[in-house]
Amino acid sequence: MALPSYATTGEKIGWYGFLTYCGLVFFFLIAPIFIILPLSFSASPFFEFTREFMNLEPEAWSLRWYRQMVGIASVGDTTVVSNKWMLGTRNSFIIGISATFLATALGTVAALGLSRPNMPFKGTIMAILISPMIVPLIITSAGMFFFYSKIGLTHTYLGLILAHTALGTPFVVITVTATLTGFDTNLIRASQSLGADTMRTFFKVIMPLILPGVISGALFAFITSFDEVVVVMFVGSVEQITIPKQMWAGLRQETSPVILCMATCLVALSIALLTTVELLRRRSERLRGIKLRN
Amino acid sequence: MNETTAGPILTTEGIPLKVSLQKAERRNKIRAILLVAPLLLFILFTFLIPIGDMLMRSVDDSHINTVFPKTFKEYKKWDRQDLPSEELYKTMFFEVKDSEGYAIGKASTRMNYAKSGWKSLLKKSKRKFKKIEEGPYKEQMIAIDKKWADMEYWKAIGVMVDARTAGYYLNAVDLKYNVDKEVVRQKENRRIYNHTWFKTFKVSVLVMVFCLMLGYPIAYLLSTLPLKYSNLLMICVLLPFWTSLLVRTVAWMVMLQQKGVFNNLLVMSNIIADENRFKLMYNETATIIVMTQILLPFMVLPLYSVMRTISPNYMRAALNLGAAPLHAFWKIYMPNSVPGISAGCMLVFILAIGYYITPELVGGKDGQMIGNWIAYHLKTTLNWGLCAALGAILLGVMTVLYWVYNKLVGIENIKLG
Repeated sequence: MALPSYATTGEKIGWYGFLTYCGLVFFFLIAPIFIILPLSFSASPFFEFTREFMNLEPEAWSLRWYRQMVGIASVGDTTVVSNKWMLGTRNSFIIGISATFLATALGTVAALGLSRPNMPFKGTIMAILISPMIVPLIITSAGMFFFYSKIGLTHTYLGLILAHTALGTPFVVITVTATLTGFDTNLIRASQSLGADTMRTFFKVIMPLILPGVISGALFAFITSFDEVVVVMFVGSVEQITIPKQMWAGLRQETSPVILCMATCLVALSIALLTTVELLRRRSERLRGIKLRN
Repeated sequence: MNETTAGPILTTEGIPLKVSLQKAERRNKIRAILLVAPLLLFILFTFLIPIGDMLMRSVDDSHINTVFPKTFKEYKKWDRQDLPSEELYKTMFFEVKDSEGYAIGKASTRMNYAKSGWKSLLKKSKRKFKKIEEGPYKEQMIAIDKKWADMEYWKAIGVMVDARTAGYYLNAVDLKYNVDKEVVRQKENRRIYNHTWFKTFKVSVLVMVFCLMLGYPIAYLLSTLPLKYSNLLMICVLLPFWTSLLVRTVAWMVMLQQKGVFNNLLVMSNIIADENRFKLMYNETATIIVMTQILLPFMVLPLYSVMRTISPNYMRAALNLGAAPLHAFWKIYMPNSVPGISAGCMLVFILAIGYYITPELVGGKDGQMIGNWIAYHLKTTLNWGLCAALGAILLGVMTVLYWVYNKLVGIENIKLG
């Protein structure tokens, strides 16, 4: 909705004022994320823009924190710290990928069931399946801490993977159910009448159509696990470091700019994931013949 | 067809059609349930049962009953008028003497919640009881410590003799049992939770209001712009949504601290003097600012999905009929967007009320919410009963809100971009 040519001065002021306000809100949303990017290249050991840094003096810019992050540090004890970051990265990927696979499999199958017209208690079951996303993480963590220690799952990778799977499934259920709205069930009947069994129908007919939704759900589940810190703190052992846990420790004890380097990497990762999901969403809408947004 | 055949319609197998259809229907129903069952069971065992198990702790007082079973049985005969009989002293003596140190330690922590002083009394007694060989025990125990002759201590046991207690819930709202098991207010300096509950609600409401104030205009803009611009701007809303919570919190720490970007800009442009830098970090203001930015996408997405279904023709018609733009907006557009407003507000409030990470990192002492106290009791004081009671109340509030949300919006309508 642009401004018509006959708009009065007052309307013009109102409209441009509105646009400025929106611009400021977008700035508020985005600026904090990008402010850390340049700062991660600063040589200063504090989180601040020094005058030399702003004047682009070469000695104020450095890659030393990145080197420290990947473990090539020349200073004596810092190698220990930096190794933790790499260890954390490895653990985060192990837990994240396993939880993603489990969550995607369970969530997709459940979404297929929920989308059937004859599913009883659909609303209640949906509310239960989504609840891990809604219940505060601190309550979830407390519950898992007590219960998992009773059955010996604390301080194990299995415990963390199961916990993160539970946290990731709501996203898969939501995205796959959304993809299944407007799914033409005649396609299944057509496939079956042509002689395909259930498995073949699933992999050859249903799966290709809902794949974009499944992948978006999987990426959501992955980022949920990758970003999760509270459960890891309570259910995991001291040695089970993940990236967010190391960041948390870094923020509370030794505020080192390595955190900013890792943050920059994570922002890059989230941009990559967001782009993938956006492309998938459009592809899915095209596949199902739904008009694009607007 | 019914007009020509008298009996029910039959299938080729000779079964009535109605029965056959019901059978097929039931088979489909079972299939649907079987598909959902694995996840439902998974969530039940990894998520719901653990939480239920934790909530049980909020009323659980059974441990102390396993340490002093005979004493408590004997205790119920006591008239609470004078000091207990030799018999009660005797059972107490042996149960303290014979129990394992660990069990006594845990029980004494519990007894200290009922009346402070128990913990040191039991610790001392456990050590000295070893020397006492034979009775009568009453005098010898009182000789070890005068507290054994103090009625207050004996009365306080009465609060704990049942295996179930409401005491932790009372603590969670700044009340407690006195030694006579009457509900009284906590001491002035120990009243922290009502204040924290109030603050949690206040912060959540403020965050919700700010999110609405910031989110409504941009959702409106996004829903009216042509597609190629709105998709680009939508990225600005979705990117924070996809960025790690900790990364965003770090970013805000960089922005808001004393020598942070915000203060530096103000000093450089001579708006404030170097020594008058704003204290924006480690207080309630920081909690509110950061939570608003973090939760804003949860407001914008539901608003946007409702707003793009509102036809622009409504506004055009109103303007055409002579309404001033603001009047038309207020009378026509606003009422149409109410479902989006309620969905967004509910979602933001539900998520805000249980926040833990952000207040912990940027809130300082003043910005702590109820989630932080739950974590504090979980890992620092180990007062798990109180931890569970606080959690149960929080969860109760959330469940009501979640139920309302489900009725209003329908949980299946949550949008993730």
